[in-house]
Amino acid sequence: MNKDKNETQNAEGRMKNSAENIHPSSFIVHHSPHPSLLKATFAIVRKDLAAEFRSFELVSAMLVFSLLVIIIFNFALELDIKVREAANAGILWTTFAFAGTLGLNRSMSVEKDRGCMDGLLLAPVDRSAIYFGKALSNLAFMIVVEAIVIPVYSMLYNVNLFRLDLLAVILLGSIGYAAVGTLLAAMSVQTRMREVLLPILLFPVAIPVLLAAVKCSSGLLAGDAFSEILTPFNLLLVYDVIFIAIAFMTFDFVVEE
Amino acid sequence: MQPRPVGLKILDVVSIAVLAISAYLALVFAPTEAVMGDVQRVFYFHIGTAWVGLLGFIVAAIAGIAYLVSKNMMWDRFEVAAVEVSAVFFFITIALGSIWARPVWNTWWTWDPRLTTAAITELIYIAYFMLRQGIDEPEKRARFGAVYTLLGGISAPITFMVIRLFRTIHPVVIGAANGDQAKMNMDGDMKIAFFFALFAFTVIFADLIWHRLRLGALEEKVEALKLNSSM
Repeated sequence: MNKDKNETQNAEGRMKNSAENIHPSSFIVHHSPHPSLLKATFAIVRKDLAAEFRSFELVSAMLVFSLLVIIIFNFALELDIKVREAANAGILWTTFAFAGTLGLNRSMSVEKDRGCMDGLLLAPVDRSAIYFGKALSNLAFMIVVEAIVIPVYSMLYNVNLFRLDLLAVILLGSIGYAAVGTLLAAMSVQTRMREVLLPILLFPVAIPVLLAAVKCSSGLLAGDAFSEILTPFNLLLVYDVIFIAIAFMTFDFVVEE
Repeated sequence: MQPRPVGLKILDVVSIAVLAISAYLALVFAPTEAVMGDVQRVFYFHIGTAWVGLLGFIVAAIAGIAYLVSKNMMWDRFEVAAVEVSAVFFFITIALGSIWARPVWNTWWTWDPRLTTAAITELIYIAYFMLRQGIDEPEKRARFGAVYTLLGGISAPITFMVIRLFRTIHPVVIGAANGDQAKMNMDGDMKIAFFFALFAFTVIFADLIWHRLRLGALEEKVEALKLNSSM
């Protein structure tokens, strides 16, 4: 595919320079190698971020939704100081998970609706670059939302969430969630139920990640030493690796036509 | 419909026989547990069904991989059969566990890590069926199903193993338990009933999968006929 494109480009270039006949063998002379996986991945991330910066549709929707979830929790659980101490980690992760599905759905259905996915698939890049690109941009959206929700939550509920270890746990949890979420979102947009199906597919599979992340976060917020949360922390790492590996291996099968 | 092959007929009879024997061993032969009393007898079928419930998940994941590699629809039928049969068995496991828990833990259900993961596993099965229902093209349905069972089939067993690291009130019978976990010790006759239950449910599992495979082939035929008549 790439070769074809280069060939046509080369050919066009030559046509402009000289009108002389081009021998077929000269087509293969200068072809640049396929863009590297990393380059292609970042090209897709850049595309998604650029599209988002124009409109802020996705991030603003996720953000408003997150704040609404926190407010609903506030009423539903009557978060006085005692309840809050135990529930902080759970509320944060529920919020991130719900807002995450919103973003995952949107970022995939945008690709599907206008046939952009076909365009991406036609690009002369490795399919896993598409996966990593989409997963990274989904992760970026989650992080942006988290970066706003965490200070707001800290302020509203008078709890300091700005701790390096806690932020690391939140990052790891988001990585696992985005990794498996991107794969499942690519599947659910192709089904009849579309957006409705994603949470149903995603939540049961992602629960190990969420469970580990909640256990780590609540341990840290309760003031436990890092050694005490080592079990869920390792679990979180293991699931991140497993999910990234499976999604990387199977994404091809999900997008092929 | 083609008549049942002889092998399947034999397996049907054997399944019924081993189920009867296993029930006898569990309900009559095995000694009554000292602390819990007769309700402990639920345990034999509880483990038997749980074993095939998880086995089916792993079998489905392997069938999923085989489908993705070979693109042979037979593997897809196999995967659906495994998931469907296991989903039912796993539900039975949870129901039996509840029956046992009511007198022993004094509650039908508790959010213990082991119980929670069991519930999640059952939900993955259900999500799998919803996913398949939402796709019309058989080939795409098979592909997505395979990917999803792979995801679920790899994460669920690990969760079941890892959960032993957490504190749980669920008894651990096989293998070393954490210091503070309840550990059952089995008497010799209990072991016979226990291992026979495992064997019996494995046979029944194989039998049901065979039936489901034949049903799957019929389903495909019906789909093809519908397609023909509509054209």
